[in-house]
Amino acid sequence: MKIGVDVGGTNTDAVVLGPNGVLGWCKTPTTADVYSGVVSAITQAITDAGADRADVDCVMIGTTQFTNAVIQRKSLLPVGIIRLALPATSAIPPLTDWPDDLINKISRNAYLVGGGYEFDGREIAPLDEKGVAAAARDFQKNSIRAVAITSVFSPINGNMERRAAEIVQNEVPDIAVSLSCELGQFGLLPRENSTIINAALSQLSGHVVQAFRRSLQELDLKAPLFISQNDGTLMRADDVQRYPVLTFASGPTNSMRGAVYLARIQDAMVVDIGGTTSDIGMLRNGFPRQSTNFVDVGGVKTNFRMPDVLAVGLGGGSLVRDGGRLVGPDSVGYELTSCAQCFGGNTLTATDIAVAGGWADIGDKSLVRADKSTINAARASMRHLLDVNVERMKTEAADLPLLVVGGGAVLVDWPVKSVSDVLRPEFSSVANAVGAAISQVSGEVERVVTLNEGNRGFVLDEIRQEATDKAIYAGATAESVEIIEVEQVPISYLPGNPMRLRVKAVGDLPI
Amino acid sequence: MELKFEDVDNLCTGAAFLGAGGGGDPYIGGLMVKQELAAGRKIEIIDPDELDDGKLIIPTAMMGAPTVLLEKIPSGEEPIRALRVVEKELGRQADATMPTEVGGINSTIPLFVGARLGIPVVDADGQGRAFPELQMETFAIEGISGCPLGISDEKGDTSLVMTNDNHRMEWIARGITIRFGGTAYFANYPMDGAEVKRSAVKHTLTLARRIGEIICNSRSRKQDPFDELCTFLATTSYAVARVIFDGKVTDVDRRTSEGFTLGSVSIDNPNGRCIIEFQNENLIARVDKEVLAIVPDIISILDAETAVPITNETLRYGQRVKVLAVGVPPIMRSEAALRQFGPQAFGMTELYQKLK
Repeated sequence: MKIGVDVGGTNTDAVVLGPNGVLGWCKTPTTADVYSGVVSAITQAITDAGADRADVDCVMIGTTQFTNAVIQRKSLLPVGIIRLALPATSAIPPLTDWPDDLINKISRNAYLVGGGYEFDGREIAPLDEKGVAAAARDFQKNSIRAVAITSVFSPINGNMERRAAEIVQNEVPDIAVSLSCELGQFGLLPRENSTIINAALSQLSGHVVQAFRRSLQELDLKAPLFISQNDGTLMRADDVQRYPVLTFASGPTNSMRGAVYLARIQDAMVVDIGGTTSDIGMLRNGFPRQSTNFVDVGGVKTNFRMPDVLAVGLGGGSLVRDGGRLVGPDSVGYELTSCAQCFGGNTLTATDIAVAGGWADIGDKSLVRADKSTINAARASMRHLLDVNVERMKTEAADLPLLVVGGGAVLVDWPVKSVSDVLRPEFSSVANAVGAAISQVSGEVERVVTLNEGNRGFVLDEIRQEATDKAIYAGATAESVEIIEVEQVPISYLPGNPMRLRVKAVGDLPI
Repeated sequence: MELKFEDVDNLCTGAAFLGAGGGGDPYIGGLMVKQELAAGRKIEIIDPDELDDGKLIIPTAMMGAPTVLLEKIPSGEEPIRALRVVEKELGRQADATMPTEVGGINSTIPLFVGARLGIPVVDADGQGRAFPELQMETFAIEGISGCPLGISDEKGDTSLVMTNDNHRMEWIARGITIRFGGTAYFANYPMDGAEVKRSAVKHTLTLARRIGEIICNSRSRKQDPFDELCTFLATTSYAVARVIFDGKVTDVDRRTSEGFTLGSVSIDNPNGRCIIEFQNENLIARVDKEVLAIVPDIISILDAETAVPITNETLRYGQRVKVLAVGVPPIMRSEAALRQFGPQAFGMTELYQKLK
């Protein structure tokens, strides 16, 4: 039996999940201290399930707290920044293109020193150990408690970053160190940005992980704790404490994965209908298709990817105008229960149309002032919006069902074009927490390699093994690990066919 | 004309458009230029028609792998050292610099050099788009030698390439680039003002800026950027531009051979399938047997909603796209030009046919 928790800005949700699905659930407001909300949500979900605490194998938590801290510029530490790169990269120093208010929190303590690697693994320059030590002493003088270290091409070789970390910790024993090689992905600036943000979160991450641990202690749960990361897999709590930035963007991923699990399928289109917008995405093998764009967090370009989600201006509170020919994108939003006609308000909304049309039962139908032709026109407008946009997001001709989830799911009672079926899974209001609970663990490796007929098999095997080992370290049972992604991108304009190779393995926790 | 901070993103978007799927993402170059402007340095763009015949112009650029550039950002000294190598060989200082290639990252390097050295940047280039090799220049077609070529890396290494054959210049410089770590910065095709006027594709930096402006502004004004782009390009020396296909990417096939990313992309709509073949840059677009557009005309794949250019490295299954083809100016489709960068220069059997 597993427990999934989602700590959002507004609500903390918990579900108890057995081998055959949801056994119990609970939705409570998020508390300022986080921990008491988690305790209360888990307690109520266990009670709802009629379960025994001793049977809990594992607790999985998804949280947006780290993302929110960056967006709100709260709980961020000043960061000492070291880039191992000279004589390269000085044309664009660290923090270039960052918003000023965030730089004020991080402060400007950036040092470029000699070091870094070429794409083929040679050194650009030897590591300037004295330069690193001098930077560390300046950090100490300025009372800096967190450091971010980035070297050129560290996803190929992280040794210089690790050596620099030793030197810094020698000079400043208690400083929290973030290394860019642990965050993977080519692209020096986005990777450096993520490393700096990670360092800025190092105090908060300690508090949050402590709060989660305390909740489990208070509940007397002995089960291991995992936390969701951005790609929909789980991390050990210890690793989150060191690399909180890896939890960014886990929310949308959990919600979509939870939805397909609840519908008991692997491949589907998903539409999550809220008060103002509908988010449409697509899942293959239980994972959302990723956007090619990097995530911008609080105005900073990071090296994380998000699920490819299209937001359309159709929600429960969407305004219905022009005799029903125009629905949305304006919405009464969270004021639905005071403004919508079915709740006694004066505004005609999408929800009112569903109530007056007789396919939803919310509020008081007799209060809605919409004639037959308006209802029909509005229904046609909404159908058209969904038809067009679901088709847009569907990237293959194969038959896929559409899962309709979220508070506005009642709006849809019609067949949607280009999908085989429209499904409304049970418990979809806690899809986020379910998504956290069903997750696997993963390992990822990225390299630049030169492949030819002679070494191809050998090189691929080696990298697959490394990804597999990482997944096992993350907690997977060896027999469950499989390689789910092999991405090969040629490095163009260079003779010799060098290739960027990324391999990802996932596996199950031993439950 | 002075280039403003807020022009830089527009210029980069337009340069990506003119890159025809290749040319490298101008992201790093754009940041370098913005960094210079933020530090208070100025960039003066000058009209090639107003150049004195006797002025010395030395173009500057980068070569190698854009993927490597994303990790190994330059120090900024590289293109300047390369320029100094050419100046030393000629015994004379440059009065201005200029792009060799307006498509992709190379639109930005001369702007950076201009800012650092306080010399103007000529509003022109030698490709009018992006091409993969150094001999593929209108300068070469007009009989101008690419050498002396100066080339440099971040470590301060420099090299001077002297050969009277522009193909050999490309071959040698490419080899040096590998030893420099996959990226290098160079200065070549030194010219006087009269030669620039005779051999360059003119007003292409301001063209890139305007294209970017249309794409970026239409997003906020909620207007159709495609109509606006075609209408604008019709008023330039490129003269013809139209959407040749509209659909969804259904297949992307990529492989490498000797530094080129070769491949094709299939785009489907209910009426048929368009196949675009590329060699770093897009070369030919066909529906069935019919050729819709062919190199040197520009074939750019754009996001169907926003008109933001999609490079061949970021093409993927499922994207909604429109294919915009743009005819190139007459100087780029003369017989001599077609020998240098027409279909046969890329090993194709189809003959060039002007975009209608």
